[in-house]
Formats: sequence, C-alpha cells, structure tokens
Amino acid sequence: MNARWLLIALLWGPLPAAGQQDGFAGLGSDVEGFALPDPARPLAFPRDHGPHDAFRIEWWYLTANLRGDDGRDYGAQWTLFRSALSPTGAQSGWSTPQVWMAHAAVTTPDAHHVAERFGRGGIGQAGVVAQPFAAWIDDWSLGAEGGADGLDRLAIKARGSDFAYALTAVAEGPPVAHGKDGYSVKGPGGQASHYYSQPFYRVTGQLSLPDGAVHVSGLAWLDREWSSQPLDRSQTGWDWFALHLDDGRKLMAAQVRGAEPFVFGSLIDANGRVRPLEGADIALRPGRGTPPVSWSVDLPGEGLELTVEAVNPDSAMTTSVPYWEGPVRVGGSVGGRGYLEMTGYPLD
Amino acid sequence: MNSRDAEVVSARGITKAFGTAGGTVAVLNGVDLSLRGGESVAVTGESGSGKSTLLHLIGGLDVPDAGALTVLGTDLRTAADRARAALRRDRIGMVFQQFNLIPSLTVAANLAFQARLAGRHDPARVKALAAALGLSDLMGRYPEQLSGGQQQRVAIGRALAGQPPLVLADEPTGNLDEATGDAVAALMLSLVRQQGTTLVLVTHSLRLAALCDRRVHLSAGRLA
Amino acid sequence: MTRRARLVLSALLSHWRRRPWQLVMLLAGIMLATALWSGVQAVNAEARASYARAADQLGTGALERLEPRPGTELTTADHVALRRAGWLVSPVVEGRLRAGEGRVAVLGIEPATRTTLGTAQGAAVPSGDLLAFITPPGQGHADQATAAALAGVDLGGLTIVPGTDVPPNTLVVDVGIAQRLLARGDRLSALVLAPDQPAGLPPVEGIVPQAVRAQPQGRADPAALTASFHLNLTAFALLSFIVGLFITQSAVGLAFEQRRQVVRTLRALGVPLAEVLGVLAAELALLALIAGTAGVVLGWAVAAALMPGVAATLSGLYGTDVSGGLALRPGWVLSGLAMALAGAGVAGARGLVRTARMPLLAAGQGRPWALAAARGLRGQALAAVALMAALPLCLAAGGLVGGFAAMACGLLAAALLLPVVLDAVLRALAARVRGVLTQWFVADTRQQLSGLSLALMALMLALAANIGVGTMVGSFRTTFTGWLDQRLVAELYVNARTEDEAAAIRDWLAPQVDAILPIWSAEASLRGQPGRIFGVVDHPTYRDHWPILSAQPGAWDAVAQGTGVLVNEQLYRRARLALGDSLDLPGGALPVAGVYSDYGNPSPQAILGMDSFTRRFPDAPRLNHAVRVPSDRAPALADALRVRFALPDSAVSNQAEVKALSLRIFERTFAVTAALNVLTLGVAGIALLTGLLTLASMRLPQLAPVWAAGLTRRRLARLELARTLVLAGATAVYAVPVGLGLAWMLLVVVNVEAFGWRLPMRISADLIVRLGLAALATALAAGALPALRLARITPAQLLRVFADER
Repeated sequence: MNARWLLIALLWGPLPAAGQQDGFAGLGSDVEGFALPDPARPLAFPRDHGPHDAFRIEWWYLTANLRGDDGRDYGAQWTLFRSALSPTGAQSGWSTPQVWMAHAAVTTPDAHHVAERFGRGGIGQAGVVAQPFAAWIDDWSLGAEGGADGLDRLAIKARGSDFAYALTAVAEGPPVAHGKDGYSVKGPGGQASHYYSQPFYRVTGQLSLPDGAVHVSGLAWLDREWSSQPLDRSQTGWDWFALHLDDGRKLMAAQVRGAEPFVFGSLIDANGRVRPLEGADIALRPGRGTPPVSWSVDLPGEGLELTVEAVNPDSAMTTSVPYWEGPVRVGGSVGGRGYLEMTGYPLD
Repeated sequence: MNSRDAEVVSARGITKAFGTAGGTVAVLNGVDLSLRGGESVAVTGESGSGKSTLLHLIGGLDVPDAGALTVLGTDLRTAADRARAALRRDRIGMVFQQFNLIPSLTVAANLAFQARLAGRHDPARVKALAAALGLSDLMGRYPEQLSGGQQQRVAIGRALAGQPPLVLADEPTGNLDEATGDAVAALMLSLVRQQGTTLVLVTHSLRLAALCDRRVHLSAGRLA
Repeated sequence: MTRRARLVLSALLSHWRRRPWQLVMLLAGIMLATALWSGVQAVNAEARASYARAADQLGTGALERLEPRPGTELTTADHVALRRAGWLVSPVVEGRLRAGEGRVAVLGIEPATRTTLGTAQGAAVPSGDLLAFITPPGQGHADQATAAALAGVDLGGLTIVPGTDVPPNTLVVDVGIAQRLLARGDRLSALVLAPDQPAGLPPVEGIVPQAVRAQPQGRADPAALTASFHLNLTAFALLSFIVGLFITQSAVGLAFEQRRQVVRTLRALGVPLAEVLGVLAAELALLALIAGTAGVVLGWAVAAALMPGVAATLSGLYGTDVSGGLALRPGWVLSGLAMALAGAGVAGARGLVRTARMPLLAAGQGRPWALAAARGLRGQALAAVALMAALPLCLAAGGLVGGFAAMACGLLAAALLLPVVLDAVLRALAARVRGVLTQWFVADTRQQLSGLSLALMALMLALAANIGVGTMVGSFRTTFTGWLDQRLVAELYVNARTEDEAAAIRDWLAPQVDAILPIWSAEASLRGQPGRIFGVVDHPTYRDHWPILSAQPGAWDAVAQGTGVLVNEQLYRRARLALGDSLDLPGGALPVAGVYSDYGNPSPQAILGMDSFTRRFPDAPRLNHAVRVPSDRAPALADALRVRFALPDSAVSNQAEVKALSLRIFERTFAVTAALNVLTLGVAGIALLTGLLTLASMRLPQLAPVWAAGLTRRRLARLELARTLVLAGATAVYAVPVGLGLAWMLLVVVNVEAFGWRLPMRISADLIVRLGLAALATALAAGALPALRLARITPAQLLRVFADER
C-alpha cells in the first residue's frame, strides 16, 4: 500500500507542492458537510477533551522540555491526529470513516528519534475518550492517571524502533483558551479552529535511548485543537512557538505564512490569565537557514525581546508529512525554554 | 554382341557450345568420327580442346547442339533421357579420370554394379575380372580405402563387367603416376581386346595413344 | 581491421555468395535456437516477475504471518489486541470469488497499518479515494482484465478502479469490504507481521493463543508450486535450442569443410594461421550476432504468443495468477544474444579446431568414412549406455529435478542410440536385400546416416516429446473426463448469496426434488498446507459415484458416522498417508478411511460426514447445494429457481454446463503445451531440410556415377526422396517407444511430484499414427526441395563431377 496515497486520503498532504495549492498538508481544501468552528460555542470540559467527529481534523499535541540526570537537555513529543473522511458514517467497525495518525519523538542535542503510527477508527486500535481522559493508538497512550480529573495528571507512553519513553505530567495551573474563548482565528479570511492548551505541566519520567535509560524532569505543554478548514488556500505553512519563560509566564506565538503572514498568539501569566495577541503585538523574525532554526520573538507592548535557538537544529520529523518540531532555548530579556514547530518548508 | 565391322559410333558434323560468363564458347565445331566394332581409338588434344565433351556426347551424358550422332544404333540427337540412360546402362562402360566409384558400396558391389543394373551379372566373370585386375583381396573394401591405381582398376572392372560393346575412358591414367598409369592402361587395353570391345580413349599422353589402333587429334573443335 | 584481414575476410565471405543456402541455414539455425530459447525464457521471467509482484504487493511473500490454528479463527479484536500490545501487524482477508469461468482472488488489506509493514510493501493500489475504499459499498482495484472478468459479478455495488500495478487476477479491497464480499463475518485470514518489531513486546502466544506463525516459505509459494511447469518449459526450450544447434552445426561444419581449399590457398599465399582463424571466428561471431538479434525478436513474438496460454495454464493447474502481458527486460535480451554466441561457438569450435590442425598441403584422402562412422557410432553407443546407467541414479535422487534429469538422460541416450540402431538395421538389411538398386539404396542410405544423424536425432526428439506429452495430456484428458462424470452426478448446482437465501431455497426445493445435497466447506490447514474440508450427507450420490481410488471397507459408513475421513490423492501422496492413518483436523483427528481422485486442484482436501463437519465448523457458510432431480426436469427447475429467487444466471448451473466449463478450462490449460509441440516439430523439420540441403551439394559426386551408369535424374530424385522418407519413417517408429517411455516418466514420476496425482497411462494409437504421418509430412516437406533440385539438375552440373577436382 502506498503511503502517499494513504496520506493524500488522510488529507495531511505529502508535498510542499501540494501544500502550496491547498494550504499546508491539504488543510486548505473544501469542507462540505463538516462542522465549522462556532465563536458562540463555549468550551466545555471534560466533553471537549474527547473527539469531535463532525470536524474534519483534530489533534492532541503534547511537547515536553526535559532535563536529564546527566544534565543534558531533551525534548519529547506525543501527538495524535484524528482525520474524518466523512462527517457522517458508521460509529464502529471497519467502515467507520475516521483515520488516526500519531507521531512520537525524542530530541537530544545530537539526535532526533521519530516514530509514526496509523490506525483505523471504529475498531479500537486508536481513539480518544473524554472521561476518564484517554487517547491511544497501538501501545502509545496519553491518559488520565490514577483516576485524576480531566487533564490534571497524565501518563504518557510511546515507543519507536530506537527509543521509548514513559512520563508522568501533573498540571500546576488551569487549562487556557486561546483567541476568543477558544475560538482561534487562523487567517485573514476568517478560517478558525477551536483551540485550548494546558501549558502548566511539570513532568518526570524516563527516556529509553540507544545509549541507555535517562531519568528526566521538566515542563510540558498540551495543545488541543479541532477544525474543518483552518487554513486559507494560499497559506502554505506555519511557525508556532510554545515557550515556558523563566518568570512563570507562557507564550504561544504563531504565524501562518501566506501572501501576508497572519500572526496570532497568547501571553499567559503564571495564574493562567490569557492576553490574546494579534498581528501588531508580535514581531517574528527568522534567522538563517531553511527552515530557520533560530528566531527573534519580540512583544513590543510587553517589552519582551526574545531569542529562540533550537536545542538540536536537526529536528526534522521524517514522517509521512515532513515538518520540523523540536525543543528550543530562550534568551534575551527573559530566559526560558519551549518548543518550535515549523511546517511547509522544504525538508531533506 | 556386335560384329567386328559394324559401325559402333557414327558422328557427323557434331557441334557443342557452352554458355559461360564471357559468352558462348563453341567447343566442338563439326566433328566427324566413325568407329567400328572392336576398334580402339585414342582421342588426343590440348587441355580444353573438347576431348571430354566429345566423350560425354558419345556416352549419352550430354546432347550435341547439331549434327548426327548414332551410338550402337541409338540416335542420340533424338533419344529421350530414359533411352539414353538405358544405352549407358546396358551397352556402354565408362572410366573416368576421377574413378568416380560409388563410395557407399564395396569393391565387389562397385565391380558388379553396372552389370547388375543392366541385368547381365555373371559372378564368375566378375571374379575372373577381379583376379585379372588384381583386386581379389580387396573385394570387401570401400573405395576410400583404396589407392588411386586400385580405384581406377575397380572403375575399369566396373566398365567391363557387363561386357558392354563400347567402353569410353576419359584420361583414365590422368590421376595416376606414370608407372601405375602405364600398368593400368595396359591392363585395360588387354582386357578390352580380349573382349573385342570398342574403346574410345581420351588422353593427352602420346605414349598411351600409341597403344591404340588408331589415333585422332582434336583441335579447334575438329578432329584431324 | 587491417587491410590484409579485410582481404582475407572477403576471400572467405565469397563462399557465402556461392552458397547462399548454407548462409540461410546457418542464420536460420542460430535464429531458431535463440528464438525458442529466449522466447521461453521471456515467458518464465514474466511469470516469475508476476509471482514476485504478487508476493511484494500482497504481503504474502516475504513477510511472516500469523494464521489461525485449524478450527480457530482470527478476528478484528485479535488484530486490535496485538496492535495495542505494540505488535506491528496488518490484517489481510483472502479468498476467491467466482467470476464467469474463472475465480478471481480477493485480497482485503488495511491501508493504515499496512504502511507500517516497511518499505518492502510496494504499491499494490494506485492512489485513490480512501473514503470510497473503506466505506460500503467499497472500491476495488483490479487490472483491466480482472475488471472485465468481474463486470457481470454481483459485488454489492462495489466500484472497480482499473489499474496497472495491481497483481493479475486479483481484486484488492479494504479488509472490511473483503469480509463482506467473502461472507467472512469478522474473521481475518491472517495478520502480516512487520519485519522490524519494537523490542520488549509481550509474546504473541499470550495475546492470540490460537494463532500460529507461518514462515513465508512454509506457505504455498507460487514460485515453488509452479517450478515444475517452468522446468518443463525450460526443458522444451533447451530441446529446441539443441535442435537449432544441430542445424547450425551442420551448416558451419560444411562451410568450414568447403573452405579448406581457400584457407589452404590463403595460407600458401602467406596469411598466418592465427589471422585466418581470427577472421573465421569473427565472421562466425558476426553472423551469430545478426541471427541472434533476429532470434531475440522472434523469441519476443513467440513469448507474446505463448504468454496468454501460459497464464491460462498456470491459473488452471496451480491457481496462480500471472498476467498475460509481457515486459521487455534488458537482461533477457543480453542472455538471448549470449546464448546465440555460445551456440555458434559450440557449433563452430570443431570447424575451427580442424582448420587449425589442417596441414598446409593437402594430405591424401580423408579417413575412410566407413571406419570413421563406425568409430563415431561406437562412441555414441558408449555415451548412450553411460546415460542409461545414470537414469536410475537420477530417479533415485528423487524430486522434480531428479525426474527431469532422468528424462533428459533417457531422451539423450535414445537420441544418441538412434544412428547406432538405424545403422545396425541398415547393415542387417544390406546383407539381405537382393536387387542391385536396392542394395545401393540401402548402402547409400547407411552412408547418408552420418550426415543426417543430427537432423534425425532432432526429429526423433521432437516426435518423442510430442508422443510423450501428447500421451500424458491424453491420459489426463481421459481420466479427467471420467472423473468429471463420477464427480458431477447431481443435475443442478445452486449457489445462494446469503445463508437466509440458501435456507429459503432449500425449503422451496425440498418438495419437488429427489434430494438436496449440501456442499459446505471450510478452509483449514491440512498437514501444514492450506486446504479445504467438505461436509457431505450420506447419500447414494456419493456412495455410488464418488471417484474413490482406494478405501477401507465401510468407508462411507465411517464418514457418515463421523469416525473416518476421506482425503484427496494430493494430500494422500504429499503427506505419505496410508489408509487408517490418523489425520489431524480442526476439532480432533480422524483415521483416513479412503482416498479419492481430485484432478485440477493443487491443494489438499478432505471430506467429513455432515454432522461431523457442522460440529467442527459451525460458522462455515452454508450456501452451496447440489440438487438431484430427474434430468429432464433440470432445465425448467433451474429457470424456476432463477426467477423465484432473482438469482443471477451464474448461481444455478446444470451438470452439462459445469462439465463443459471444466473441459474448456482443461483444454486451455494444455494449449501452451500443444503450441510448443508444434514449434518443436517445426524446428526439427527445418533441421532436416537444412541437413538435406547441405548434403545435396556433397551428394553429386556420389550420385553422378550412378547417373552415368544409366539412371535418369528423375529416378535418382525419387530415390533420394524415398530415402528421406524411409529415414524419417524409421525415426518415427523408433520414437514411439521413446515417447511412450517419456509419457510413463511424466505420468508416474513428474506428475506425482508436481501435482500430487498419478494417472493411468492411456496409449492412443490415433495420436501415434497422426504423429507418424506428421513425421512423414515433415520429411516430405524437407526432402521435396532437394529432390526437385536434383531432378532438374543439368547434365553439365553432373558432368563437372567427372572433371572437377573434388
């Protein structure tokens, strides 16, 4: 079976060329029959931790900045994507029109381990349940631990051919909604998604790497997003930052690249209060290279001038849909660490 | 058997030409020849003078272009292929320079071959002939196992075995060394004379020609 | 090339201008040899590529699989359980659908997990619409021919997308769609294991205890199954190649022989021997390349013509799917040219060696032919004896290759002995015959033997192969027809689409027919091979007619009572079972009560009593039935059934239709064999013609004295033709026992190894007479031209013999 065919069908589009026509990974194509994000619909938990089958795409996206007992910086990623081939259809069995894809990665300063899984909905191989929260595909899982409520305490597991990890994440703050109560606009044409995060995780656990096991601890950030047409057709990719600043604040900043870059973000204080950011609030300037693995991120209104530098510049996700995703170090007016995701660039 | 004076070969004004790459070449140009029973005639001439052609015409192997040719009463100008074959088979013995034995048959079978074809096989005579030709010990051999002189003696035996009234010999010693050739020729002549057979001997050897009753010379397509 | 070499070459090449026929023969020999060889190689390569493609794309070739133990099943839940435990598996559902006269393989795959099996899985399905693929009514991918074959089949609304990179005769669908099409419920045929699994996974046995790991080589591998067929084709090709070489050999040998004088002259004029040899070798290589190229082109045509037949044969005999098309492979072209060069080299080697050894000055006469021939014959007889001695050793070695090697030994020995035997017969005849012409005829025929023996050996091999294969196919046909009569006793066969429909049909039929006999079956592993188990009710239809080969007393009672099982001959022979042996079956072993013949089916099979069957296979689909009804009522009842249940035409077949269909498939299966037979005979005819034509020019010195001694040319020509006919006739007579021996080997050794069944040999006098006539016709066709030329030869040409130096 041709992976490319599967992926075209999965609407995660394989090539930048295809992305240029239909937005990155086909996210700009038509949405007939699918549900559309509604600004009047408030977020509700635990319901919205679970899947929204009427929407075309959805993801559960956890990134962790870790420090090992060996003193080195590490990053870990656990991502589950849901793709609906049809807004309606069977709820169970092989004919269920839901397809799942997952990516897991561990980044070290000198290595980047990646794994990818696919699964069909309706048979139990992959899925998400809102309460008690559980997301899984094969033996990878992201789920509430010890009867914890909502997303408060998660156990995270994944493995690839040359790595594995098992982490525990405990939330030290509330979930936060981006945009207008979780209605996040992604383009000048009004394309939008429902988007919330839990950026306040403290993480401990163990990484199994080719050179042996490392005990790690650090910070993690969970993104939840669902939509049916988040990109304009002309938008070819995005740059997305999720930064833990040393002063306790969290910064989400992103731009969707198109004819005009569309910039948005959230500055979250240590108590979980959000200040939505718009185009003029954020200045994102790439450094050298494609994709650029160093950036400057300025929030003039906050007096923040940050430099962002990849822990490992070679953090390309060599998955069916290639992109760049890895841990970064933050310097400038305040220190910190975080994750950078860049899509729609030509990758080797 | 023919009487001694009957005309065995009668040729009048025979012509024969062959087509070659350079045009038609007239080989015989009005040859007259008459042979009586029991006569031996030597035909001499230069290489390419048409000696062999004349012999082939007399033997019914080929047909003259013009003129009259009667051999042993058969008009060879008009005879059909079948009649000419019958004449060769029944009444003419031939000896060639190349011996031309039948390679698949033994000496004995070769000796008797034509006589048997003609229906005149006489085992006693073949045996006597073989003895006279010095072939008695070679009867079971195949032509390839014989020397040239031996092969030619078989060919002579084959020609004489059926006691034909006419024997035609084309350079019978041409492929043999002088001593062997002389011996073979002498043997042939003595046997021919014993049988009272008419002989036409084509040769370029004057020594051999001298052994015959008569000698004619072929030159420029005519006999002299 | 130096100027001198060019000069030498032109002197040598002038030979061909004078003897164009020889050139034609030389080229024809190499071309035919190359054509048949490379044609068959192309066919083989295409078939192998098809197997490889199938193996790659279906994931059934290289990868290990988990399959259910006999009597158990694998379901989607097992797939999920393994995936959740970390095992990288992908489910497949395999089966066959009836489509017109044939059956189309259905392959259900799961596209999402299939991507994780590794890169070895090529593109089985072109890009398409995943939603349409996985959701009912589904979307299937098939090549054009398969799509056409499926046109009239009820697939529940499935749309078929034609594509080129789908395995032949295969419909690729989603696993869920395949379960529906094949009425499998939630069952899976197997779970394919990715070659690289994560470390530290819990053992499979703890998750799906009912599954067994099947190594790739442990399952029915089409390449292994069909090896015998390809070996068969290759043997035919080699035979043809050798026959072609015979032609080349005689032409090359003669050309060298006749140019001895030129070579001598050239050397006398100061051309070094090495240069002469070099030019001769280069000339031969050039001719081989030209003829080889033509041969490869011709071979391509042969292959293209044979391929559909081969595909039919493979599908008919082995159930293997091979496309009827042909792809050009550069390696194949090169190997064809290499074979042409090698063949020409073998054929020319003797001539080159003899030219090299030839003294500069002509030395006397050659060896006496009689002695040389006798010596050659003794050598051939010794070689034949050695080959005959090797034959039992090959048989003892066993296996298919042993069988074929034994056949090769036997055929070669028979070929080598042919001139020896003919020579002995002619020698004996020579001592007996009376007339002088007859004696000469016999003696001369005997002498001709050495020159014609290669062509006659070729003719003999072709005839023997024809008789052998013809007898085998004929025996098969006779047996198969008889077997069909026994096996197809019921008047009607009805296939329902669903179990409900089947039950309704049973109820409807019950009052109006003599009996309804269920034909229910389930797939099962029998002695480690995938096979099928049938359940039958106790009925005279079976007791009186079933083609039992051997059975214990009361075998049908044992089957009816569930205390015995019948097995087909394939299983019986392959597993080396004996009556009374215990056979492991799902739900418990049973003793083998009897063996029945089961032709045209490569897989093992067993028959249980219906009670026993339904107990062991409660979920087996109960769709198919045989109906006993007075035969005059059958057609009307069939129509009534179709109307009453809106059944498609194909769902109800009467006995005559099924028989006709089976026989048609049978004939198609052996079409390629028939084609190869004709080709081989044709090549042998050409060998004979070329042999005669090359001999014709050498014949004149032998015939001229006979002509001079008083035979007409016409008569000589008639005798020459008669000689050819006599030799061909004698060769045909000789070929009969050889061919029958070959048939015996095919039936008793090769078939048992290849198919698992042994057939009684039926000698067909008709076939033998027909082939005898074919041999004479071949000889007549081959001998006519040389004879005609002799009859029309001018006296001048004959007279030249008396003057020319030989």
